Amino acid sequence: MEFRDAWSIALKDLRIELRSRILMNQIAPYTLLIVVLFGFALDANTQTLRDTGPGLFWVAVLLIALLAIQRAVKIEEDDAARERMLLTPVHSPSVFLGKSIALFIQLFALEILLFFVMLALFDLSVEDPLLIFLSAVLATIGIASSGTLYGVIAAGVGVRETLLPILLLPVIAPIAIGATRAFGDSFGRVDADGWAWLGLLSVFAVVYTVLGMLAYGQLVEDA
Amino acid sequence: MNDVIDLREAVVTLGKFPALTGVTLKVTQGEIVTVCGPNGAGKSTLLNLCAGLLPVREGSAYVLGENLRENRRAIRQDIGLLGHKSGLYDDLTVEENVTFWGSMVRAGNDEIAEAIKFMGLDGRLRKVLVRQLSAGQRRRASFASLVVQRPSLWLLDEPHAALDTDGRDLVDGLIQEAAASGATVLLVSHAPKELSSPSGRFVTLAGGRVTSDINNEGSGDGVS
Repeated sequence: MEFRDAWSIALKDLRIELRSRILMNQIAPYTLLIVVLFGFALDANTQTLRDTGPGLFWVAVLLIALLAIQRAVKIEEDDAARERMLLTPVHSPSVFLGKSIALFIQLFALEILLFFVMLALFDLSVEDPLLIFLSAVLATIGIASSGTLYGVIAAGVGVRETLLPILLLPVIAPIAIGATRAFGDSFGRVDADGWAWLGLLSVFAVVYTVLGMLAYGQLVEDA
Repeated sequence: MNDVIDLREAVVTLGKFPALTGVTLKVTQGEIVTVCGPNGAGKSTLLNLCAGLLPVREGSAYVLGENLRENRRAIRQDIGLLGHKSGLYDDLTVEENVTFWGSMVRAGNDEIAEAIKFMGLDGRLRKVLVRQLSAGQRRRASFASLVVQRPSLWLLDEPHAALDTDGRDLVDGLIQEAAASGATVLLVSHAPKELSSPSGRFVTLAGGRVTSDINNEGSGDGVS
């Protein structure tokens, strides 16, 4: 496996996203819409919004992750680029890492936007910024890795749009739960040890990344 | 000459459908072979089999000396496959696409620039997004990204599709140049008579089997 190949693939995906502007013009506004709708649904009750803010944040991240993952799969499917990649000497773990890195960067950028919007709208205050940052990084690695892996599984079945959420959400639910608890502790909204939950997030990040690197090649063959 | 493709009674299924029902075909190094036949004859499946993208269910299949029943992946980096789809990214320019695929096969910057120029895509077209290209220009871009790969076996599905006369001549020249340098070319066509085909041999497929195998001089075997 060569990291240079993974980086080339990640740069290619990011360049395509910058060029198509789907992230900025469609997924980012969708992110903001979700936050605003949550606010309305909870009757703009500041106390309730503060208490549920961490959970709402990660539910919103899961929803935008589904869109970003489907988009990442689609750009390889549109003109049979995934099949073409099979005819290069690039190893499948490099392809997996490249796709995951690109997805991580896109999701993390959206999370930063979402975070500051929620801070402003929900009137939240951060007590432990380092815990927030680390838990967001680890959770996003887990989501990006598992999303890249399950994206190619769903692509193989041919009903990606409907199958991906059913396959992926149960897998990343533990990540969302762990990240919610860590965020809750960082915001001082729950009585939990956020750093312990951070340990769980790091386990998921490592497991899903290693699993993805091992399984991605065979899954692409079967897709 | 070495046998680059050696298929004996090879059977390939797509799901449960037998797309190739027992193909026997030998192609030696440097040959240019045109595979023709009606829709659904198994032409594209044959190319995908030779690329190591489909498993062989029965019979034997050797490509570039590798037994495809044992290891389909070993040959892939020596294969240049141009299918119905071009394998390009719509939101990248011609140059970005060729550079990306070039970097995936370890091609140098000079080779990438040369491939773009060879396919007549230098100048204004170099910086155009692939989604903005005409079908013929897109085909040329796809060829450029294949040229940088320097494959030993070219598998071309309707290579002249959407190309104008100049484009067809360019592709024919490319095919002949590849064969002259020792590569082998298997190309698929619905209507080989319409082509200014550089092929020396015509193989006809029907119902997933080879039904005739004729060289340019008219000799060859009719296969039942």
